[in-house]
Amino acid sequence: MTLEEAVAEVRDGMTVGIGGWGSRRKPMAFVRALVRAGVKDLTIVSYGGPDVGILCATGQARKVVYGFVSLDSIALEPHFRNARQSGAIEAVSLDEGMFRLGLQAAAWRLPFLPTRAGLGSDVMINQPQLRTVKSPYDDGEELVAIPAQRLDVAFIHMNRADTAGNGQYLGRDPYMDELFCMAADKALMSAEKIIPTANLLDEGTFHTLKINRMMVHGVVHAPGGAHFTECPPDYERDEAFQKEYAASAKDAAAWEAWKAKYLDVSEAEYQKAVAK
Amino acid sequence: MSSENQAVTRADVCAVAVAECFRGDGEIMISPMSPVSKLGAMLARATFEPDIVMTDGANMILAENVPFGADGSKAVIEGWMPFPFVFDTLFWGKRHVMMGGSQVDQYGNQNLAYLGGSFKQPKVQLLGVRGAPGNTICHTTSYFLGDHNPRVLVPKVDCVAGVGYDRAAKLHPASRARHEIRRVITNLAVLDFETPDHRMRLRSVHPGVSVEDVQAATGFELVIPSDVPTSREPTAEELRVLRELDPKGIAAREVKS
Repeated sequence: MTLEEAVAEVRDGMTVGIGGWGSRRKPMAFVRALVRAGVKDLTIVSYGGPDVGILCATGQARKVVYGFVSLDSIALEPHFRNARQSGAIEAVSLDEGMFRLGLQAAAWRLPFLPTRAGLGSDVMINQPQLRTVKSPYDDGEELVAIPAQRLDVAFIHMNRADTAGNGQYLGRDPYMDELFCMAADKALMSAEKIIPTANLLDEGTFHTLKINRMMVHGVVHAPGGAHFTECPPDYERDEAFQKEYAASAKDAAAWEAWKAKYLDVSEAEYQKAVAK
Repeated sequence: MSSENQAVTRADVCAVAVAECFRGDGEIMISPMSPVSKLGAMLARATFEPDIVMTDGANMILAENVPFGADGSKAVIEGWMPFPFVFDTLFWGKRHVMMGGSQVDQYGNQNLAYLGGSFKQPKVQLLGVRGAPGNTICHTTSYFLGDHNPRVLVPKVDCVAGVGYDRAAKLHPASRARHEIRRVITNLAVLDFETPDHRMRLRSVHPGVSVEDVQAATGFELVIPSDVPTSREPTAEELRVLRELDPKGIAAREVKS
C-alpha cells in the first residue's frame, strides 16, 4: 500500500488517532500525506507532538483530543499554541491517564472505564461532556467515567513490519500504539523496513511484537517515516530540523515558506530535502 | 577538591530540601521533573533513602545514580518503565512525583495547562494538564519552583491541573485517600500544607532569605508560624555527594538567585 492509498481511508470530519508520543516515533509520513490529501474538519486524538502542530497549522484539525502537546526538546508546540490562542480549534484537554483509558475502553469495546484521575481538577469543568459513575459496591465512591474514544482511522509508525501487518518496535517504549489500533475501525501502519515474517526476530525478541496483523489494515514502507521525530534505533530526533519547524510558527509568511518547502512536495522529495 | 567547590550554594540548599521531601518514602518510584528535583532525589537515594526507585527520565529503571553529564549508557538497568507502565504505577499509587508549575495556589492547586483568557481561548497555551490530575489524586505530589514570585504563587490558579486540598476536600473519602501535596520547594523557601485547613505554610526559609522576603514574593497570605526555622544546609558528606552528582552545577541554572 502507498501513503496516498492509506490516507484515502480518511474523509472529511473523521476522528483520527495518531500513535507515538510527543516528538517520538510519530507517523509523520502519514501526517504529511494527510496534508497533501487536504482532508479537513478532522478530530485528532494524540499524545501530541508535531503531528498535532502541523494539522493545526494547515487548518485541517477542527478538534484536538490531547493530554499534552509538546516537542519534548522544545517544551511547547508553537503551532498548537497559535491554534489554541486564536480559538481556532476545539480542545478536549484530558489527563494523560484519562486519555489512555478512553482508548482502552474503546479497545475493549466498553462504553467507559472508571478512574479517579480527573476528580477535583478543572478537566471536569472544562470538559462538561465527562460524567461520573457511582460504584455499585458498598464503597459508593463517585468515579470519573471515561467514555470510549473510538477512532475512525489510526496511524502508527514502526521500526519493522511484514506485509501481513505484523509490526515491531525496536526502541525502548511501545507507547500506546496497540490501543490506537484496537480503538480504530481501520489502522494503518508505516515502517522503516518491510521484512519477511521469518525475519521478525532477527533484531528484537518476541516481546517487541506488540502489533499483530489482526490490528492492522494496511502497511506502508516509509523509510524516514517518523522524521523529524525520533525513531531509535534507526535514528534520533532531527533537532536542527525541529528548530526550523518551530520557527515556522513565527508568522504566516514563515509557515507558508516552510510548508511550500516541506509539505507541498511528495514524500520522496521531502526525504531528499531533509537527507544529510 | 578546591575551596570554591566547598561553598554551599542556594541550589545545594534546594537539593537538600528536595531530598528531605522524599525522606521516609521507601521503595516507591520517585519521578523528578527538573534538574534540581532530580539532584535532590539522587541525593536522597545516595544517603538516607537507598530503596527509592528511579528511571533514567525515560523508560529504564536504573539501579544506580548517574551524575549529570555522565554517560548513562553503562548504568545498571534494574527494570523497565515504559509509558504504559508509568500509568499502571501511578494508578497503583507507589509513586511520588515532583512537578513544576506555571502557577501554584494557597491550597496547592497547580496549573501547567494555560494562562489567562478562557479554556476555549487561552491567552497563553502551555502544555495541557499532562498527568497532573491523576498524579495528585492517586499518589503523593510535591512541587519545585525555581523562581518564587507573585505571578507563580497566586491566590487562585487559572486552571486546576494538579488538585489541591480545597478541591480534594470536596471528594469522597476514598477518592482523596491517597491525595497528599507534601511540599512546595522554591528558590527562597520550603512550604507545606501542615495547617488545620491545609493552607500553605512557610516551613523554612533558605539561609540569607527573610520571612518578609518570602511573603513579599508570594501572591497570597502565607501561614507563618511564630518561629520559622532556616532550611538545613548540606552536611560535608552530602556536599561531597552533590558535587559528585552535579560537577558542573547544572541544577543551579534552575534556581533564580
